[in-house]
Amino acid sequence: MIQNLAFYLFSFILLASAVMVVTNRNPVHAVLFLILGFVNAAVLFLLAGAEFLAFILAIVYVGAVAVLFLFVVMMLDVDFAALHEGFQRYAPVGALVALIMFAELAFIAGTWAIAPAGSADRLFPTPTDVSNTVALGQLIYTSYLPLFQLSGVILLVAMIGAIVLTHRDRKRSLQQDLFVQHTRTPAQTLAMVRAPLGVGVALPEQQPEETL
Amino acid sequence: MLIPLSHYLVVSALLLVIGIFGIFMNRKNIIVIMMSIELILLAANLNFVAFSGALHDMVGQVFTMFVLTVAAAESAIGLAILVIYFRNRGSIEVEDVTLMKG
Repeated sequence: MIQNLAFYLFSFILLASAVMVVTNRNPVHAVLFLILGFVNAAVLFLLAGAEFLAFILAIVYVGAVAVLFLFVVMMLDVDFAALHEGFQRYAPVGALVALIMFAELAFIAGTWAIAPAGSADRLFPTPTDVSNTVALGQLIYTSYLPLFQLSGVILLVAMIGAIVLTHRDRKRSLQQDLFVQHTRTPAQTLAMVRAPLGVGVALPEQQPEETL
Repeated sequence: MLIPLSHYLVVSALLLVIGIFGIFMNRKNIIVIMMSIELILLAANLNFVAFSGALHDMVGQVFTMFVLTVAAAESAIGLAILVIYFRNRGSIEVEDVTLMKG
């Protein structure tokens, strides 16, 4: 009973905050509603028995991804009011597509049932004697080890890609470069000129200045 | 699992539909489009977890973890692209991006 009440409460808050995310005029508020929605989704995960994933969702999504969104929204000085125009114009077609999609999903969910013999085909039944985290660890470190490693590679690629994309190589200030100083020779910088009397000296071609 | 599977399915279907509606509504604002994509991925994750709980099968939770990983990588790369695009253009209008094809 109490689980049902909690489910309805948290799913209502989740859906309401999702609506606020997509309709809000201020993107900072939208990100904050996204955080609220993720927290409520974590509670729904908890009610479904996925305790580890609930806390992963709370830590990784609320702690990292949503805060990254917040950081970018606040860092970019964008005129969000201009981006919001056309909202009314796209509302009818968006609502139509959403309605059709939901009708199709409801039709599928209403006419479909799990085969009674289907539970014999389970790949890895949930163990009852260990906790959720232990059960998940026993799977991802044995049967799903290649995929687990690959997801680590995906994160590495994402990290390197984000750094390479946003890194800016600024012009350095006037600071010593010992390598340049040590490798320059007199031939590069010094020219001996015999100056005749009464005639000017033609200056040799200026060497292009090396990096400071 | 005490809560019936169909309730979870309705919630995640509504979440998916709200995400798609958000993509349609905010066609100019790429930040809100990316947040809508996060909502859609969350709906998929909720489905995975609900089926995992209802069928007593752990694989759904394993796949939810992989989906979370890929979604985090996707949003990090997407926001990095957004930052450099804003640095070059001074705006993040989605319709201007087609000008980049030259």
